[in-house]
Amino acid sequence: MDKTINQKAWFLVLPVFLVVAFSAILPLMTVVNYSMQDTFGNNQFFWNGVGWFKELLDPSTDLGERFLASLGRNLFFSAVILAIEVPLGIVVALSMPREGWRVAACLVIMALPLLIPWNVVGTIWQIFGRPDIGLMGYVLNSIGLNYNYVSNEFDAWATVIVMDVWHWTSLVALLCYAGLKSIPDAYYQAAQIDGASRWAVFTAIQLPKMNRVLLIAVLLRFMDSFMIYTEPFVVTGGGPGNSTTFVSIELVKIALGQFDLGKAAALSLVYNLIIIIVCWVFYTVMTNAGAERRPVDTGAK
Amino acid sequence: MESIAWMAWTAPTAIFFVLLAMTLSVMTWLAVAYPEAERVGILRIPTTRGDRLFISLITAAVIHLVWIGLVGTDTIAALPIGEGIELSSLWLATVISLVSAVAIFRTV
Repeated sequence: MDKTINQKAWFLVLPVFLVVAFSAILPLMTVVNYSMQDTFGNNQFFWNGVGWFKELLDPSTDLGERFLASLGRNLFFSAVILAIEVPLGIVVALSMPREGWRVAACLVIMALPLLIPWNVVGTIWQIFGRPDIGLMGYVLNSIGLNYNYVSNEFDAWATVIVMDVWHWTSLVALLCYAGLKSIPDAYYQAAQIDGASRWAVFTAIQLPKMNRVLLIAVLLRFMDSFMIYTEPFVVTGGGPGNSTTFVSIELVKIALGQFDLGKAAALSLVYNLIIIIVCWVFYTVMTNAGAERRPVDTGAK
Repeated sequence: MESIAWMAWTAPTAIFFVLLAMTLSVMTWLAVAYPEAERVGILRIPTTRGDRLFISLITAAVIHLVWIGLVGTDTIAALPIGEGIELSSLWLATVISLVSAVAIFRTV
């Protein structure tokens, strides 16, 4: 007997659709409208066509120079924290205990930084790094290193990066740990019988079994670091100069500091487009990495 | 209209969103009326019509931005209507986007 297809269940989605329309689609449409116009307040708008986009993509203008520079800084920041957090997270996951009470203890300690709100993390590091009263700043200065994140670009960058590593390496480690836990003991026993070295076990068993969670970790960390705002804003405020001004900080400066709604709207649309493309690529790779394995799995049954 | 003045609607952006909404409606209707299976194209990933539309729209956005950044938006012609409506070279990017959308729908 044929099943009758009933599409009425779609009406159950209607409330969600309305909420999303109100909270996301209407504001997004408004941003598109703003990106084509200029305003001096009081809801008076003047048509500007694609003028803001032109400025945004032209490095010789103020807006373009600021956007491209902050984009470059942001990509560099993401690359650096990924290069540190992913290997470090794997190492931490590999060194975590496998059983007993120490597992719970480790997991709790690892989860602690993840539970702290962004602005609190920023405040912690802002005080921690201060040369006069901060523990880290004071110690670094008393051992002869001239450390001051307020005036030195390198110190500001180092502080922001170390802060991110402190905050988020646990996430990578916990994801990798979950991946490691899912490997059946039989794999390790087989490796032992073959006399495989520790390195061979890592590259032939653990790494391939972790690749899915690693992909998720890289995606999450990339997106989060690419959209980072609160932590560097609290610690450095984007300075010294513009040296730690990332795209979202620049965006807020233009939108709320200068109240240039048109420029900010154009910037946020391009920013949004980059994020959508990266998300789509990661999502496609992730879902299809699983799909390629599926036929092999069914064949084995 | 006073209550939505903050949304700053203009005719061109309204036309853009109406066209987008119509495209989505037509695609939804197509999906219901003529259900289709996923297929694998040159990207070697399974895609539906919706996926291909998404890729086309993203590609169109990128093409327009690249055009604005590299070529610019100089006037290339004027339509002989009224005092003459100037055509920006950005319309070429729109034409390229449409061509690429057709290519994406056929090959991806």
